[in-house]
Amino acid sequence: MSAPLLVVDNLHIAYRGDKGDVTVVKDFSLTLGSAETYGLVGESGSGKSTAAFALLGYLAEGGRIVSGSIKVNGAEITTLDEEGLRRLRGGDIAMVYQEPASALNPVLTIGRQLVEARLAHRPGSKAQALADAADMLTKVSIGDVQAMLRRYPHQLSGGQAQRVVIAMALLAEPKLLVLDEPTTGLDATVEAGVVDLIGELARKIGMGLLYISHNLALVGRICERVGVMYAGRVVEEGSTRDIFGRPRHPYTQALIACRPAVTEGTASRRLTVIPGQPPAPGIHIEGCAFVPRCPHAVPGRCDQAAAIAVKTLAGNHFVRCARADDDLAIAAVASEAETRPLPGPEVIRIEHLSKAYLPRNAFGLARRVDLAQLPKANDDISLSVRQSEILSVVGESGSGKSTLARILIGLEEASEGRVLLLDQDVARRRAWRRPRSLLRALQMVFQNPDSTLNPSHKVGAIIGRAVKRLGQIQGRQAITARVDELLAQVQLPQSFVGKYPHELSGGQRQRVGIARAFAGEPDIIIADEPVSALDVSVQAAIVNLLLDMQREAGTTFVFISHDLALVRHISDRVVVMFGGRIMEIGRPAEIFAPPYHPYTEALLQAAREGRRKVPAFDPAPPPRTGCRYAGRCPRRIDGLCEIKEPPRQATPDGHVIFCHLSWEQFGAAQTFSEGD
Amino acid sequence: MDAGMIRFLLRRIGQFIITFLAASFLLFAVTEFSPGTVASKILGPYAVSSQVDLLTEKLHLGDPLLVRYLRWLGIVAGVVENPLGDPTIGLGLSDPRGNRYVGNFGYSLMLKEPVVDVVGERIGYTVLLTLLAILVIIPVSLAAGVAAGVNPGRPVDRILSMGAVILTSLPEFVVAVALLLVGVVWLGILPGTSPMTQGGRWPLSLQLVLPVGVLVIASASYVLRIVRASVADTMRKPYVRTALLKGLKRRDIILHHVLRNAMIPPITVILLQINWLLTGVVVVESIFAYPGVGSLLLQAALFGDIYLVQALTLLALIVAVGTQLIGDLCYLALDPKIKLG
Repeated sequence: MSAPLLVVDNLHIAYRGDKGDVTVVKDFSLTLGSAETYGLVGESGSGKSTAAFALLGYLAEGGRIVSGSIKVNGAEITTLDEEGLRRLRGGDIAMVYQEPASALNPVLTIGRQLVEARLAHRPGSKAQALADAADMLTKVSIGDVQAMLRRYPHQLSGGQAQRVVIAMALLAEPKLLVLDEPTTGLDATVEAGVVDLIGELARKIGMGLLYISHNLALVGRICERVGVMYAGRVVEEGSTRDIFGRPRHPYTQALIACRPAVTEGTASRRLTVIPGQPPAPGIHIEGCAFVPRCPHAVPGRCDQAAAIAVKTLAGNHFVRCARADDDLAIAAVASEAETRPLPGPEVIRIEHLSKAYLPRNAFGLARRVDLAQLPKANDDISLSVRQSEILSVVGESGSGKSTLARILIGLEEASEGRVLLLDQDVARRRAWRRPRSLLRALQMVFQNPDSTLNPSHKVGAIIGRAVKRLGQIQGRQAITARVDELLAQVQLPQSFVGKYPHELSGGQRQRVGIARAFAGEPDIIIADEPVSALDVSVQAAIVNLLLDMQREAGTTFVFISHDLALVRHISDRVVVMFGGRIMEIGRPAEIFAPPYHPYTEALLQAAREGRRKVPAFDPAPPPRTGCRYAGRCPRRIDGLCEIKEPPRQATPDGHVIFCHLSWEQFGAAQTFSEGD
Repeated sequence: MDAGMIRFLLRRIGQFIITFLAASFLLFAVTEFSPGTVASKILGPYAVSSQVDLLTEKLHLGDPLLVRYLRWLGIVAGVVENPLGDPTIGLGLSDPRGNRYVGNFGYSLMLKEPVVDVVGERIGYTVLLTLLAILVIIPVSLAAGVAAGVNPGRPVDRILSMGAVILTSLPEFVVAVALLLVGVVWLGILPGTSPMTQGGRWPLSLQLVLPVGVLVIASASYVLRIVRASVADTMRKPYVRTALLKGLKRRDIILHHVLRNAMIPPITVILLQINWLLTGVVVVESIFAYPGVGSLLLQAALFGDIYLVQALTLLALIVAVGTQLIGDLCYLALDPKIKLG
C-alpha cells in the first residue's frame, strides 16, 4: 500500500438537538491508501453519511466536528477556511450522491453543469471544458453524448442521471471518490451497471473509493475492505473476504443472515430477523450499543465501556465486541414448519388488459386516436390469481408492474380488456365507481409509508377510520377494540394510538400501513414494493409480518417488487414483466432455474452477480412490434423477434414463456459463469 | 420564435378569449341580476313604477338573459346601437361618438358621461402609479429577499425578515398616515393630497411620492418575504449542495444555481401585485385623493352605477388574465420542465 491518501483519526461529530448535542459519529478512524476501495455499511441513522460528508468538510445545518482529525494527502482539513475547502471539494475529493436526479440542477443543461465542475478546478477554455465533458460522458458509457450535453436533468432516466453525476465528479480528476448510496432507487439491472462502472473507472484511473451503502452484498462486490457501522461506531472492519467469510460481530452476522439469497430457495418463507430497532440518536447506551438486540450479549460484560474497545484479529480485521474471542454461533433461523393455506378459487382474472395513456388536447380532453399506435404501459396482459395465493410481479421500472397494480386498485382505468375482481369487471371502473364491498375486498400496502399516512392524524385515528369505513364496525368502543387488535397483530404497542406518524420509525410506519390495509379484512392485498424503502434488518420483520397475517387470514397477495431474492423467497407464483408485457409466468422454482426467458435470465444474472451482461445499459423504448425485449435480447433472432409476436409456450403445470426460442433453448446458452 | 412557441401563444390566446367570454357572462349576469331591476337602478330610487316599466320595455330588459348578454356584447363591439343614448328615453345621456362604436360600455349613471371617457381619464394615472411602484418594488424586494435568503439566520436575514413582517402587518392606511405625518406635517416637503392637478403649488412628481411610497411599503415587504422563503428553500436543495461540493465559488453558486430556481415561485406573487396595483388600489387612492381606477370602482359600486362597474370589472379581468399569460411566459423561460406541447 502506498502512502495513505486519507487518514481520519478519532472523529466525533455532533448535531445540535433540542436537548443538547447529539453525537452521531463516535470515534471514527479510517485510513485509506490511494487507489484503495473501502465500503462503509450501516443502516439509516448509523452515521455513515455524516462521516462521509465530513470528509469534504461539509456538515448539515447544526452539525460540528467535536474532536478528531481528517487528513487528506497529509493536510488537515478540519481547520480549512472557505477557499481551502473549495479547492478540496471536487478537487482532491469528489462525491456521488444518493438520488442523482435531485443532485442535478433542474434548470441548467447537463453540459453546463459538467463544464462548471471541470472549470472550477482546472483552468481552460470553455470549448476545452466542453470537449472534456463529452469525453467523460463517453467514459461513463452514455450513448449520444452531444444530445446528452444539451439535455436537462428531467429528461434523464435514473441510471443516466447517476452516470452524469459520476462524470461530473470525475471531471476534476479527484484522488478519492466518495459515493453515498449511489444506487439506491435504481433498478437491479441499472444498479449492477453503475456498480460495475464505478469499480472499473476506479481501477483504471487509480482513484480511491469510499462506498457508503446499507447494502452489504453490493459493497462486497467492489470493495477490498469493508467497515460496518452501528449507532455511530464502526463495529467491525476487515477485508471483504474476512467480513463475509468470518464475520465476528453479531451485528455483521445478522446483517448477512437477514437477506434471503437469490441463488437458493429455503423451506420456510420466514426471514431471519434482527429483533428490535437501532437506538435513536442521542440515547446513551453504556458499552456496546447492539446489546439490546444481540443474541449473544452477556450482562456485566457487554454493557461495560471496555466492551467497545477495538480488538484486532488476524490481519487487518478489527472488531468492537467483548466476545470477539468466543466462538459465537450464528443465530439459528427460527424456521418453524409452516402450514400454508391451499389456493382456492380464482379471485382475480385479467384478460387481454391494455393500458395506454391517451394524448390530451388543449382542453384536457382525450383525443380520439388509434390505440394500436400508442405506446402501452400494459399490453395484452392475461393472468389469473387464486385465493390465498402469493403472486409476485417483477420487472424493472417501466415494465408496467405498477400500472397493473394501479388498475387493480382502481387508480387507473384500463384501455382495453377485462379485469375481473371477485367476478366483477372493474377494468373501466375506478375506485369511486366501485361498490363498497369491492373496496373493502381489495386493499393496498404502499411503498412509502411516510407519504401515505396523513401527518396530522394520530395512528389511532388513521386505523380507526379504516376500521369504520371498511370494517363496517360502528360504535366507538367496538372501533377502539378493533384498532387495538390490529395494532397487536402488527406488533405495535397499544400506546401508539396516540402517536403521530412522524414520531414513528420507517418500519413502524409501514406496520401502521399494514394494519390499515388489514382493517376491513380484505380478500386481496396489493403490496407495491412494501419494504424497499426500509432498512435491511427492518425489511425482514415486515415481510414476516405480512406473511403471518396472510397465512392466518388466507388473504390473496399481489406483491410488486424488483427484489428478486425476496420474491423467490415468498412467492407461490412469479410474473416477469418487461415493456408492458408478460415475459414469463411460473412457480419460483421454475422462474429461478433454467429453462427461463432470456430476460429473466438477464435479471437473475444482474441480481446474482452485479455483472453487466445485459447489453443495453441505456435502454431505448421497447419496440412496438414483435417481442418487447428484442432490442436488448442477447439471443435475438434477427428478422423474427423484432417483427413477429412471440408465441406462448406453456408446460402442463402452468409455466409460461413468451419467446421465439424453443423450450430446449431456454437458458441453454450460459452467458455467465457461476463463480465469476 | 419557433413553431412550437407560436402554437403555444395561439393556444394561450384562444384560452384567453374563452376565459374572457365565460367570465364576462358571469359578470353580466351578476351585475344585471343584482337586487333591483336594471331599470330602477338607472332611474334611481324615486322613480314611479310606470317609468320603470317603460324603460324596461325600451331597453328590452324583459328578454332572456342570454339574449341580453349577446346584445350587450354587440354594443361593446360596436355592432349594435346602445338604446340608452336614445333621446326619447329622456335620460339626457349623449355621447359625441354616437351610439355605435367599438368599446361602447354605455354611460356612467353617476357622472352622466360615457363610461369610456370616465375610465379613460383615470386609467392613465393608474398606469403611471403602477409603473412607478413596480419599478421600485421589484428591485428592492428581490435584492433584499435574496440577501436575506442566502444568509438564513444571520443578522442581515433577521433584520430584513423582521422588518418585512412588521411592514406587511401594518394596514395601508396606517402606513399612509405615518408617511403623511413625516413628509407633510413634520418636514413639510410633500403635499398631503395627490389629485394630480398641474399648476398648483406642488409639481406632479412630488404629488406621486407618498402614494408610491405607501404602495411600495405594503407590497415590497410581502414580495420580499416570498423571495426570501424561496431563496432559503432553494439553498437547501441537494443540487445546491452538489454545486458547493464540486468546488464552485459561493458567488457563482448563488448567481447560477440558486437564483433562477428561486425566482420560479415568486413570479406568481409579483404578478398578483401588478394585478392589485392596476385595479385594486382603493385605500391609497382614497387617502391621497388620487384619481385612479380603484377608488372609481368603489364609488361606482356604492352608487350602483352598473355600466361603470361592468366596464371596470372587465378591465380587472383583462389585467388578471393578461398577467397570467405573462406569468406563463416567464415560467416557460425559467423552467425547462415546462414543455410547449
